[in-house]
Amino acid sequence: MATVLAAERAVGGRFGPYGGRYVPETLVAALDDLTALYDAARADPAFWAEFEALLAEFVGRPSPLTEAPRLSAETAATVVLKREDLNHTGAHKINNTIGQALLALRMGKRRIIAETGAGQHGVATATVCARFGFECVVYMGAEDMARQRLNVYRMELLGATVVPVQSGTRTLKDATNEALRDWVTNIPTTHYIIGSVVGPDPFPRMVRDFQSVIGREARAQMLSRYHRLPHSVVACVGGGSNALGIFAGFLDDAGVRLVGIEAAGKGIASGQHSATLSAGAPGVLHGSLSYLLQDADGQVTPAHSVSAGLDYPGVGPEHSYLRDSGRVAYESATDAEALDAFQAVCRLEGIIPALETAHAFAYVRRMAGRWPMGALVLVCLSGRGDKDVAHVAELLGAPV
Amino acid sequence: MASRPATTLSDSRLAPAWADLRARGRTALIPYLTAGHPTVDTSLAALQAADQVADILEVGVPFSDPLADGPTIQRSTFEALRQGMTLAGTLALIERARLSRPVVVFSYLNPILRYGVDRFLRDADALGLAGVLLTDLPAGSDPAVESAIQASPLDLIRLIAPTTRADRLAAAVLGAQGFVYLVARLGVTGATAGLADGLDTLIARVRRATALPLAVGFGISTPAQARILAGQADGVVVGSALVDVLGSRGVEAARDFLISLREALDAAAVGSPVVAAR
Repeated sequence: MATVLAAERAVGGRFGPYGGRYVPETLVAALDDLTALYDAARADPAFWAEFEALLAEFVGRPSPLTEAPRLSAETAATVVLKREDLNHTGAHKINNTIGQALLALRMGKRRIIAETGAGQHGVATATVCARFGFECVVYMGAEDMARQRLNVYRMELLGATVVPVQSGTRTLKDATNEALRDWVTNIPTTHYIIGSVVGPDPFPRMVRDFQSVIGREARAQMLSRYHRLPHSVVACVGGGSNALGIFAGFLDDAGVRLVGIEAAGKGIASGQHSATLSAGAPGVLHGSLSYLLQDADGQVTPAHSVSAGLDYPGVGPEHSYLRDSGRVAYESATDAEALDAFQAVCRLEGIIPALETAHAFAYVRRMAGRWPMGALVLVCLSGRGDKDVAHVAELLGAPV
Repeated sequence: MASRPATTLSDSRLAPAWADLRARGRTALIPYLTAGHPTVDTSLAALQAADQVADILEVGVPFSDPLADGPTIQRSTFEALRQGMTLAGTLALIERARLSRPVVVFSYLNPILRYGVDRFLRDADALGLAGVLLTDLPAGSDPAVESAIQASPLDLIRLIAPTTRADRLAAAVLGAQGFVYLVARLGVTGATAGLADGLDTLIARVRRATALPLAVGFGISTPAQARILAGQADGVVVGSALVDVLGSRGVEAARDFLISLREALDAAAVGSPVVAAR
């Protein structure tokens, strides 16, 4: 569908106080260039025509809307799924990597770097690099590489080099540090495709815009099928790109409730969670000011979630703004709730969702019986769960 | 709150050091040490040893996510964090060390935000600290934080990179205090064998933009490199190479390493071949 973006809400690269560019001086010129290029591309219909053509032909968009009858019966609402799991590579991540690859082409940068946690963004980046003939280097925590060997091999099949990151907690946060270190060293030749609505300006705006296709499609599909807007839109939030993508279609619809679900891990009280907006405080990590899990001395504390994609101590700055403004409600779901919901969606709907997405389903199920009569509940099914099958089998005591 | 005049050294706590260096035709030796590395006590001894040889001291506050640092300083950071080092601990360490040279605190922004910018400036002022250098606070990125530092008795030391363009360079040095820190090459901190190509051109560019003293850092690790820079820069920052020597061979070796740099700088300053001065 034709891309019509909402007016930019950020002012000077900030959403209220959040966002900004807290980076080494070396990166500032590249961010200036990227901002100028993106602002021009944002207003250029030819750019979006190219983007839409690739989304249609390579990704398989528009993704369908699927009504979930048995989950609806269980929760006494009409649950409708936006099927990002049906995209090429199995998640919403590719919407962003296509957009940023087009920007890299315009900049003449043919070396791409990326960070990845579970490997979904790494796979989506490796995929577009193969498609465009770019060199691709993906940084991945050594811990995550051991947990997600299949995705590591997928990236390698696609021609990417996967670099294990041994420093710090050896997970997504440290992979992001290492990608930034590479970028600062190779800035003239290299574009960094950040995988979520995080990082220094303009990344949070760019990634949101590329993901906003989810919300635009979903809104039009809801109106065409149900002739009304949903009562609520529910999405999981790690860095928060699938959530901002689908919320983008409904932010101006004041009557639509928007709900972001963070990972409560073993429970917020346990301290082992990734519920940044529920339990964090504003701070600076990876180039922007946003809510952050940190200790009393300003050191970033390790996050925990059963789903590697939500296992991140930061969150996109626009989410921090939407939290403070109250436009979006942020709730959380525990590992155990997500695991239950994962199995329920498999059995009730014949869909294996990503463990990340299972957090959103956990909330929908928790609200069973409390949804208003006839409520339409739109869930962003951000990715497929095949990558999680072995992990879930292990957690349920039946390793495959 | 009015800022102190930038681009001059009028009220800077670093002014006497620079005046003395200039009078003696010396290039400043500016060692960097991570507070609390390899242990709190060794770190204290290392700071005191460096104080005997250096002109200005840079003390690093360990941070969990040192994204501008290479492997050596990352390792020192994580070791310091394991020792329980914090920003408050760094200030306490500096106080205990009773240093005679001016001290610049080198930090990522978040520990200072969490501590409270005003509280940090107050406490650092009370200790007589000379300046603060924030890796992830480039010029113009947070005017409120920047102007609070500029208005305080501490200098806001700004970093300039090889990628900094002319218009930005002009704006950055306008708000700079104490000295300008030139990042010698693209990349993170860490020792390298040579000096970056085009470094002399870069130094000349910064010289034209500001009258403030100019210190060069990132990748400077040998007396030979220091000697080359002595004729071009007002100061030379040595971090990773020193941290490496301290971590692997201890305080005495770190002191000897600093003395070798000191001698290289001084020999170059008087235009004579490098000879042992003591």
